[in-house]
Amino acid sequence: MSYYQGLQAEVVPFRGHNGDQGEAYYARPTRAGKFPGVVVIHHIPGWCEWTTEVARKLAHHGYAAIAPHLYFREGKPGEAPDDLGARVRAAGGVADAQVMGDVAGAMAHLRAQPNATGKIGVIGFCSGGRHTYLAACTLKGIDAAVDCWGGNVIVDNPKDLNDKRPVAPIDLTEKMSCPLLGIFGNDDGNPTADQVNRTEAVLKKLGKNYEFHRYDGAGHAFFDWRRDGYRPSQASDGWRRVFDFFGRHLAASASSVAAE
Amino acid sequence: MCSYILEKAALVGSAKGRKGWMRIDTANVYFDHPYHSTLDHVLAIDFTNEGEGGRDRVAVELSADSARALVDRILAALASGEAAHVTVPAAAAATR
Repeated sequence: MSYYQGLQAEVVPFRGHNGDQGEAYYARPTRAGKFPGVVVIHHIPGWCEWTTEVARKLAHHGYAAIAPHLYFREGKPGEAPDDLGARVRAAGGVADAQVMGDVAGAMAHLRAQPNATGKIGVIGFCSGGRHTYLAACTLKGIDAAVDCWGGNVIVDNPKDLNDKRPVAPIDLTEKMSCPLLGIFGNDDGNPTADQVNRTEAVLKKLGKNYEFHRYDGAGHAFFDWRRDGYRPSQASDGWRRVFDFFGRHLAASASSVAAE
Repeated sequence: MCSYILEKAALVGSAKGRKGWMRIDTANVYFDHPYHSTLDHVLAIDFTNEGEGGRDRVAVELSADSARALVDRILAALASGEAAHVTVPAAAAATR
């Protein structure tokens, strides 16, 4: 058997919040066997190419990964995701309840596949990191969650809460029902190092299963190779942490490829 | 993390986008993580026609420094242009 295994990636329909049909990017290994699933939650700018790369990376490491397009309601299939992102931004963003419904729908899509083990992880970046924290606290059936630099988990100004984002995720921490991995850059402005410390204090106080990894010399989105803020050394270690975490909580035998 | 902080400016004008020229009535302006630029943060402007649904846009992503420089150049162009054009008809009329 070759060291590297094949994968298949495509855009698939899925049922999201309220049963609405949207589209998602779905990547999974092609070899025989059963695989744990991971939902990938994109950042505010939208369903970008890098998000699809993350899904393929997960598939490369033995996971069936699905990245739902959280803004599909704003346009038609085939429209540029960045344009849909602009419409969402102009409308004040998407509602947390809708995103949670879409994530739950993506999880159901993964579980319905014949090659699913039934184990489900969630990983999100930026606003998707915040959504991941929310999902870990509000959705049932998540086995592991990875919050990559999700900001606004702590909301210091109550005026920042509104109909779409009515509750600060930190206030739901008691309900967190799965292990949480947090990846943060110490130079990030949102979340700041202080906010990360305060989040950790709440998790610790409530006895939650969590691990946080903080990186010096890194700011926001330091995994993204397209950005000037990309930090290859920190990103490499961060990905190693992600696959170690998913390996322990989702599938000790899923990965056939070492994290690089 | 990204934010949804947004400034809206009402506009009268036109912009050329994917489908050609269109009338625009709004600029959505924000400073946040970009979609295309490699910068960590950009000053982004989406020129749209919200009166017609705001579905099409002309988008720019600019560095903070270049956005400030653009503001200066816009004001400079308005000052010199209005001085040249707005007052010309009156001056021209006086010489006739």
